[in-house]
Amino acid sequence: MIDRQFIGHALSPLTVDVEPGQLRFFAKATGQADPVYHDEASARAAGYRALPAPPTFLFSLDLNQPDPFALYTTLGVDLNRILHGEQRFRYGAQICAGDRITLRTRIADIYDKKGGAMEFIVLETDAVNQLGEDAGSMTRVIVVRN
Amino acid sequence: MGQVSLESLAVGDTLPVLTTAPVSRTTLALFAGASGDHNPIHIDLDVAREAGMQDVFAQGMLSMAYLARMLTDWVPQSCLREFSNRFTAITWLGERIVCSGQVAEMFERDGERLVRIEVTAANERGELKLAGEALVALP
Repeated sequence: MIDRQFIGHALSPLTVDVEPGQLRFFAKATGQADPVYHDEASARAAGYRALPAPPTFLFSLDLNQPDPFALYTTLGVDLNRILHGEQRFRYGAQICAGDRITLRTRIADIYDKKGGAMEFIVLETDAVNQLGEDAGSMTRVIVVRN
Repeated sequence: MGQVSLESLAVGDTLPVLTTAPVSRTTLALFAGASGDHNPIHIDLDVAREAGMQDVFAQGMLSMAYLARMLTDWVPQSCLREFSNRFTAITWLGERIVCSGQVAEMFERDGERLVRIEVTAANERGELKLAGEALVALP
């Protein structure tokens, strides 16, 4: 069982630069043909100041940590036993290439079901851009199969 | 795109369906690199088998990105307010992801007119993989 004392624990803040190359690669990898997501001129014509990060990209920004799976080591969770249970995004200021985003994540909850056979880790992440604007937030629910 | 308005919509209306190419090992490798999710269970058969899986399988966020594509094919991304889903089953190699959406509710909040879209991602046999919803603001 995961130590419930981790509930409320804040992870180290992460500041990441949003790189146009990664946005183009993400568009390619997800079969995104809309030029807004890979062509700077199309993005500007659509009203964005640079290539926009697509709706699920905040999740990827968070993975720019030196070791994105360090959290599971800290919690004593085997990476091979985790599944992604649920994902939620709330949108703020549009994240675009060239932005510098600071992510702050906390462990909002840890609970179990089926007598501890499955445990759930709820992570809440807030994003703020280089202007101090709310750039959205996300909630991850990670399932641990014990 | 961008021509959707509240007046043209009713509860029960469906969004244009998006059907992807079959998920391949290449799809998973490219998405691992592009998304930053380097969890080897999705790209390394040895690791997947050690974990008791029959083969590598798709990252959940790959299908969520496909659902996002369906939404931004329908309205500009600036209309999106919230987007969430549960991952209900694993997506295996060879499966095509069929993304669907349906208008479930229309209401006002904070002076905005919002549409709640129920979204699903399933394989071609209709087996559910992701289920969730999006809140979209429309003029």
